[in-house]
Amino acid sequence: MTDALGRVRSALVLGGGSEIALATLERLATRGLRRAVLLGRRPEVMRVAAASLTSKGVEVVTLPFDAEAIDAHAAAIAEAFATYGDFDLVVIAFGTLGDQTAFEADPTAAGHAAITNYAGAVSSGLAIAAALREQGHGMLVVLSSVAGQRPRRANYVYGSTKAGLDAFARGLGEALRGSGARVMIVRPGFVKTRMTDGMKPRLFAQTADQVATAIIGGLDRGASVVWSPPLLRPIFLILNALPQAIFRRLKA
Amino acid sequence: MLGRRRVATIVSSERRAALTGWGRTGASVARIVRPSDIPATTTALVGAGPRGATPRGLGRAYGDAAQNGGGLVLDATAIDYVGPIDSDGRMLVAGGASLESVIRAAIPAGWFLPVTPGTRHITIGGAIASDVHGKNHHLDGTFAQHVESLTLLLPSGETRVVTPESDPALFWATAGGMGLTGVILEARVRLTRAPTRFMTVDTYRTRDLDHSMSLMTESDSRTHYSVAWVDLVTAGASLGRGVVTCGDHTPVDAIAGRGRQDARRWRPRPAPTAPPVFPSQMVNRFTARLLNELWFRNAPSERLGELQPLEAFFYPLDIVGQWNRVYGRRGFLQWQCVIPFGEEDRLRRIVEAFVNGPAPAILAVLKRFGAANPGPLSFPAPGWTLAVDLPAARGDALATFLDHLDREVAEGGGRIYLSKDARMRPEWLEVMYPRIDEWRAVQARVDPHGRMTSDLDRRLGLTAHASARMRGTANRGMGDTR
Repeated sequence: MTDALGRVRSALVLGGGSEIALATLERLATRGLRRAVLLGRRPEVMRVAAASLTSKGVEVVTLPFDAEAIDAHAAAIAEAFATYGDFDLVVIAFGTLGDQTAFEADPTAAGHAAITNYAGAVSSGLAIAAALREQGHGMLVVLSSVAGQRPRRANYVYGSTKAGLDAFARGLGEALRGSGARVMIVRPGFVKTRMTDGMKPRLFAQTADQVATAIIGGLDRGASVVWSPPLLRPIFLILNALPQAIFRRLKA
Repeated sequence: MLGRRRVATIVSSERRAALTGWGRTGASVARIVRPSDIPATTTALVGAGPRGATPRGLGRAYGDAAQNGGGLVLDATAIDYVGPIDSDGRMLVAGGASLESVIRAAIPAGWFLPVTPGTRHITIGGAIASDVHGKNHHLDGTFAQHVESLTLLLPSGETRVVTPESDPALFWATAGGMGLTGVILEARVRLTRAPTRFMTVDTYRTRDLDHSMSLMTESDSRTHYSVAWVDLVTAGASLGRGVVTCGDHTPVDAIAGRGRQDARRWRPRPAPTAPPVFPSQMVNRFTARLLNELWFRNAPSERLGELQPLEAFFYPLDIVGQWNRVYGRRGFLQWQCVIPFGEEDRLRRIVEAFVNGPAPAILAVLKRFGAANPGPLSFPAPGWTLAVDLPAARGDALATFLDHLDREVAEGGGRIYLSKDARMRPEWLEVMYPRIDEWRAVQARVDPHGRMTSDLDRRLGLTAHASARMRGTANRGMGDTR
């Protein structure tokens, strides 16, 4: 459990190479984070993250984890909790963006992306929920995306995986009521990271740091949904209400 | 089968709920069992499960001492008998009995608690596990120093009578041991003489911190009880001004005429309960300043020999039930330290830091401690103790500020009171409590499997088990660790 001032002492990140997750942990490191366990696919990326956190006084453990290998999720998460728990904070940060045109040419790749972004989050999310329930406290932060708000021609494979993830996370938050554990959903807009490298920044483009600021703010407030930037919330209220014929023509 | 099940439901009730300490911060959900006899307590403790067990009394520890997220919390309050008082003032009392119930029995017989904290709504078990102190610490020490024996339900399920003579190590590991050596089922407590239910009180308004400190130093040789309220929001020349109150039990012949008849009839007025409607920001710099100004103005510059009912002298805050709700949803903290004598400059720096710092100190109390007792985790030590109530706030400012004060305390050879703490960093524990390893060894002797634990234990690494897990020495060498 976080202390009386809401300080996170130990964190588990799924998708340990995520720039948003790393930026968030770096913030937490200055406010008393003691231990971070990073699960991820690419050791070289996690090693960089680990070095940065270690230099800020955090004890870091990196473990192999493949978001697509859903059969291994329950055991990997149970093991992480048993060995390094309790965790005050767990972040589901893995995900793949892909390219819509490429997906249309290679439906198998699209299926794999859907497994990673959605099915992988379901299998690991449920395992995390069980572990948080067992410890009687903890916060699960799920990195969703505004792309899940309304499908767009340009990225509907990715968008639909995030829509599924977002709905799953909302339901999981309900399921965890009364357990001492909570879920916070983060819906960033376009974020300039490795994942979006080479893409033209869209309106309201954010850095990973800005999203981290929004996440920390949400944790402090006790929010259940965080938009980054916050202005996206009213914007999507409007976008979601637009007739499809108009929405289709928007180029943002 | 059916019959057995029915008995089980009678002797203990069970629920799952979120618990916090009195500060209403850092909640966790636990299985709460409230056994109504010793066999049921034993059954529950032995069957605690992997997340262990912690006893809980009336939930007045400010932080997470009586919480155990995901584990078992043994609510001790169903076993609350209060035994008769013998001619020497000794009383056999259940661990789950409240101080209030002891006072109710003691006053008519001319006795009072040997030591009492600022609330009567704590249990005997809690008083021992926190090794509470009161306004008479300079003369009488802590609560545990007036306990002749205690009956401890050990983590193994064995019940053992422990006295300071039979097993001094276990007795003094249990006193101040935060409930981690087992469940205190019963204690034999030596009461103190109290001829009436009144206190004869002297009140002095002080110019500044030095004035308060010199008044207390001087009055402690004369009066049995003393405490100072300190203004920690007003800056300037009167920095640290306050109100010192000293008192003694009132003898019967000091009470005039008809009052003598009910001089031992203790019936405190039932307390109204604060409703859960207060916004989080109600306690702020402005209201803190207002309240402290009113408090100061309301005190007489000097008033001697005033007769006060004991509940007004000892328990001014008990006049409102659930007053912790006033702080709203965010809750509050109490930061309590002791600073050794000779380090008064450090105390002054701390007082100045509060006055100029980011946290509105709504209520602050200063008191002189006398000698320490043998308990390795017992809080009091010779010096000044300062207790400050603050609204809990998220973000860096308050956390950093209090971390800085912890450092000031630790570097001066002082310590933070674990029963009040909800946020200290674990690295200070061994500096502030240098005998912790001695305590850990005794705790591990009675609890080799690490059955007793709590959120406090997990946060600070009090027990050897929790400490090893925190340091990562319990890691099983999986994967790539740096």
